[in-house]
Amino acid sequence: MAEATATFEVRRHGPASIVDIRGDVTSGSETVLMGAYEETGDARAIVLNFTDLAYMNSGGIGLLVTLLVRANRHSQQLLAFGLSDHYRQIFELTRLDEAVGIHDTESDALAAAGVA
Amino acid sequence: MSEVNEKAAARDATNWAKKVSTLNVSEVPEGAININVEGKRLAGPIQGFGKMWQKTYQVRLPGERVSATELIATWKQRFPEFWPEGNAFYGPLTGIAPGEVALLNMTLPGKMKLSTGVMVLYADEESFTLMTPQGHMFAGWITFSAIERDGETVAQAQVLMRASDPIFELGLTLGGHKQEDRFWDQTLTRLATHFGEPDREVDTQVVCVDKKRQWSKWSNVWHSSAIRSTLYMLGAPVRGIKGLARSS
Repeated sequence: MAEATATFEVRRHGPASIVDIRGDVTSGSETVLMGAYEETGDARAIVLNFTDLAYMNSGGIGLLVTLLVRANRHSQQLLAFGLSDHYRQIFELTRLDEAVGIHDTESDALAAAGVA
Repeated sequence: MSEVNEKAAARDATNWAKKVSTLNVSEVPEGAININVEGKRLAGPIQGFGKMWQKTYQVRLPGERVSATELIATWKQRFPEFWPEGNAFYGPLTGIAPGEVALLNMTLPGKMKLSTGVMVLYADEESFTLMTPQGHMFAGWITFSAIERDGETVAQAQVLMRASDPIFELGLTLGGHKQEDRFWDQTLTRLATHFGEPDREVDTQVVCVDKKRQWSKWSNVWHSSAIRSTLYMLGAPVRGIKGLARSS
């Protein structure tokens, strides 16, 4: 397995959990990302913060699909904010944007998740 | 912009395909059929119908024979040569590069011929990813990668997919999965043979990521490359007669 090059820190905000992503997200991030997902516990919504994302390859996009499946299985909403223009386009190209709500800011994402 | 950010931005621009709304085939090589690619949208695992699968195929080669980056460079450059017999990959002559669209002629169970394609979604020195268009037998992507581990170079093909529509889902259940496993086994064996290791075993790992079928996507069948390819083949005699009439 490739080496992990990203960190995923989880913050709780009411019924939502925010995951702060830092570094390079690749297939090597699987264990740490899924560990972070476990930390989100019974959150109704999971909000991914990409503000400090340095880089993501196609393996990283694949991990997001797997995360989405797990979230759907537990009836959790998956949202994202802080994506650069480039990664917004990648979400559109891979059509991840059809399942993951994309927002400009943390407050927009939380509002979309119904968290005041 | 810091040096680190500049490096990341350069990688972004170089390694990912540019955004496209629909696929465009610039040139159709002789033997290829462009009936299921032109004008189609890309379709990932989220857009598919069937259960979601992650299939991983690996072959280990001695590290002294080839490094991970050399292996990927060769795989990208000579990708069509490693495909099993009976299947054709009409890619660009320059090799695999982000944004390039390739046409495929596939042989399915029952000797059925199918014309489809893929787009190169991502490519760097250690991996590259192909994404499927609407109507392909599965919706998803295939990532080819190589890593160096314990003195060996491990070549890997990993498929993340759902069958595109109910017909393909049935086909996968009735032998399609086995055929796909054989396909990638043969591909990796050919790759290993190229590097002088024809007897290397291919490891296969299959994980059902999502057991649920997405019934809301049943109408993907409208784009089915199997149905459209069959209709195209059935129309061959008529096209032949028309061609003769025009030439005379």
